[in-house]
Amino acid sequence: MAKRMSIVVFTGSVDRLTGMAILVSAAAASEYEVHLFLQLWATYAFKKDVVEKNMNFSEFEELKPTVHEGLIRIKAPTWFDLLKQAKELGNVKIHVCSTAAQIWNVKKEDLIDIVDDIIGAAEFIDYAADSDITLFV
Amino acid sequence: MSMSPDELKKLKADKIVDARGTSCPGPLLEAKRNIGQVPVNGVLEVLSSDPGTARDLPLWAKKMGHEFLGSFEEAGYYRIFIRRKK
Repeated sequence: MAKRMSIVVFTGSVDRLTGMAILVSAAAASEYEVHLFLQLWATYAFKKDVVEKNMNFSEFEELKPTVHEGLIRIKAPTWFDLLKQAKELGNVKIHVCSTAAQIWNVKKEDLIDIVDDIIGAAEFIDYAADSDITLFV
Repeated sequence: MSMSPDELKKLKADKIVDARGTSCPGPLLEAKRNIGQVPVNGVLEVLSSDPGTARDLPLWAKKMGHEFLGSFEEAGYYRIFIRRKK
């Protein structure tokens, strides 16, 4: 059976989402089965009308321009492009917390198309319980 | 036991992937995308300027059941050699 990694993604900040997407794509390339569970701010960041506009950072707000310049200099893909590549390469499932979906009043169609489904907490706990790696971002 | 730079330079890779200029995990994703493009027992060579790749790809190859042949540094980048085993 494939190894499995499960990540609770609470954050909607670009800096944290980028770090998460790098880990997810590396895991997908190593044939891990990956499950993401998007909670409050992550669900907001995955909205079609937010994803490209989001410039929110969680830390060192004054260094945001430096980080942006660094990402451009090293030609880093965006976090959502990296997740798309990860899904093309391997088995990555992106689940949205049903409560977060209700808070933002969104359906699956309102979220970028790499999202797989909207699920409850108990289902994610089942994925996490059978995981080799569990993380919270 | 990995091969020496002199031995590696004599290898004829079946495919060379130039991932220079991409950062981690770019070269790893390129290795994953391209390993299927060489025949079983063929050699994939990955060029990477990312400092993590020369350590990542041996681990990846082992996990995927391929053979890491070795790597060495050229001016500003690494040449990394993997033999596809399955």
